[in-house]
Amino acid sequence: MAFLEVQGLSKIYPAKDGRPVPVFEGVGFAIEQGEFVCIVGHSGCGKTTILNILAGLDTASEGVVIMDRREVAGPSLDRGVVFQGHALLPWLSVLKNIAFAVRSRWPKWDRIQVELHCQKYIDMVGLTGAEHKKPAELSGGMKQRVGIARAFAIQPKMLLLDEPFGALDALTRGVIQDELLKICAATRQTVFMITHDVDEALLLADRILLMSNGPRAVIAETVKNAMVAPRARHNMHRDPQYYPIRNHLVDFLVNRSKPRATDTPQRAAANVVNLRH
Amino acid sequence: MSLGSRDFWGAAALSLLLLVFVLGVWQISTLPKRQGPSANDEYAKLMGRGAKKTEGLPTPGQIGKTAWKQLAHPFYDRGSNDKGIGIQLAYSLARVGAGYLLAIVFAVPLGFLIGMSPLMHRALDPFIQVLKPISPLAWMPLALYTIKDSSVSGVFVIFICSLWPMLINTAHGVASVRRDWLNVARTLEVKPLRRAFRVILPAAAPTILTGMRISMGIAWLVIVAAEMLVGGTGIGYFVWNEWNNLDLANVIFAILVIGVVGMALDVAIGRLQKLVTYVD
Repeated sequence: MAFLEVQGLSKIYPAKDGRPVPVFEGVGFAIEQGEFVCIVGHSGCGKTTILNILAGLDTASEGVVIMDRREVAGPSLDRGVVFQGHALLPWLSVLKNIAFAVRSRWPKWDRIQVELHCQKYIDMVGLTGAEHKKPAELSGGMKQRVGIARAFAIQPKMLLLDEPFGALDALTRGVIQDELLKICAATRQTVFMITHDVDEALLLADRILLMSNGPRAVIAETVKNAMVAPRARHNMHRDPQYYPIRNHLVDFLVNRSKPRATDTPQRAAANVVNLRH
Repeated sequence: MSLGSRDFWGAAALSLLLLVFVLGVWQISTLPKRQGPSANDEYAKLMGRGAKKTEGLPTPGQIGKTAWKQLAHPFYDRGSNDKGIGIQLAYSLARVGAGYLLAIVFAVPLGFLIGMSPLMHRALDPFIQVLKPISPLAWMPLALYTIKDSSVSGVFVIFICSLWPMLINTAHGVASVRRDWLNVARTLEVKPLRRAFRVILPAAAPTILTGMRISMGIAWLVIVAAEMLVGGTGIGYFVWNEWNNLDLANVIFAILVIGVVGMALDVAIGRLQKLVTYVD
């Protein structure tokens, strides 16, 4: 059994007219320990809902999520979440935002222990010197780094990232992607991440899940990243595997992600695409 | 919009000019008619300070003199109808303080409950909507009948008028805490009490303080009327008593004091509000 197993997940919202329509259905995948998996798809296909179900913040209409041989029934410190809109508490400084999480994880630690632990993660994301700043005094990129540090600081078994770099400019995004890559490689963190950005997925992910459009979205394909780790942003595009995979992904998003015409749910395992040229 | 220092001095000069102008017009229009010394003065001396200025509004100068006299001995106490302005103010502030604190004790927890639970919100909303527009003074007879103490009834009236803005603002502030922040607390498995004090309370604090500021404004308006009604002590009673003495200089002085104290209370809570306000 894989570290994380998602089986037959669907989410049904009651429609205003007539019968309820599932946003996605029959979603199933598995993630191994230490694996970095990205999910790519158009807006509205239910990616965030899937992530929230994994986090325990939302409940599925059908299906189960099993992590580390236990069913996910609610939010847990075992799964750290980096939110789309950073979600820092604006009345607390950088240090205190992270300390809030650390104290939740280890309530018995004393102040010095907590601060030392926080400092380690502040240094890790390159925010040394900004410990006592409030979120409003930070740039978008720095805020997101605090969010990442907060999620890593509780040392979760799994990290869930909901489009963490969506609101950042391209340069900042690149820098933080590199950092995330470095940290994940060092900690062997298991990660599930939502993104819109094909290049981001190619850089970070070992495996990429492609979702078709909703309603009744499914995971249409699973693409293994043929470029072997460690990947780097500056020379990734010279890898002979880069363009074939990239083209495949872009092609999917542009041409093949249309909603299915049939009403029968596709319960068969998603196609696993393994591109090797 | 912020003013430069030049604009600041300009505004200050204009304010001063306006004040001088108003005082000037007032002084000129209230100058006493020329009269020789008359029996009136003797009569006034016999009657004490209350009986003289019956011809019209006092001049700013007379009010200044009254103010000086009052402020020189704010805490004298010569029986129930003649107490210094400081003592009267202390009575009023004590009543406002007691009623206001009592209102905080009720409104903040209840507001939390209403804000957290949509069910409680729906259930209690009709009561709040009906009770809120009632003039606090309308409760006075009922309060006097049940409590049987005029001073405590005053406190009750302050309590009831301070309650609604705090309650409604607390409920609103708590209900509109950002979903993201609550989700952070959920993913960190934060216990309910810690979540209430460490996430919801700081998040809602600016809104709650706004309610408290509104409440304080209303409480200070109402205390004057309440004390006029029940009598005995307090700045409201002082105004009414001086009116009965036909001492308009004291009435106007008291009006100014009420304004200044009201402003001071507002500034104090405004400071507090600044402390808990965060930039998002």
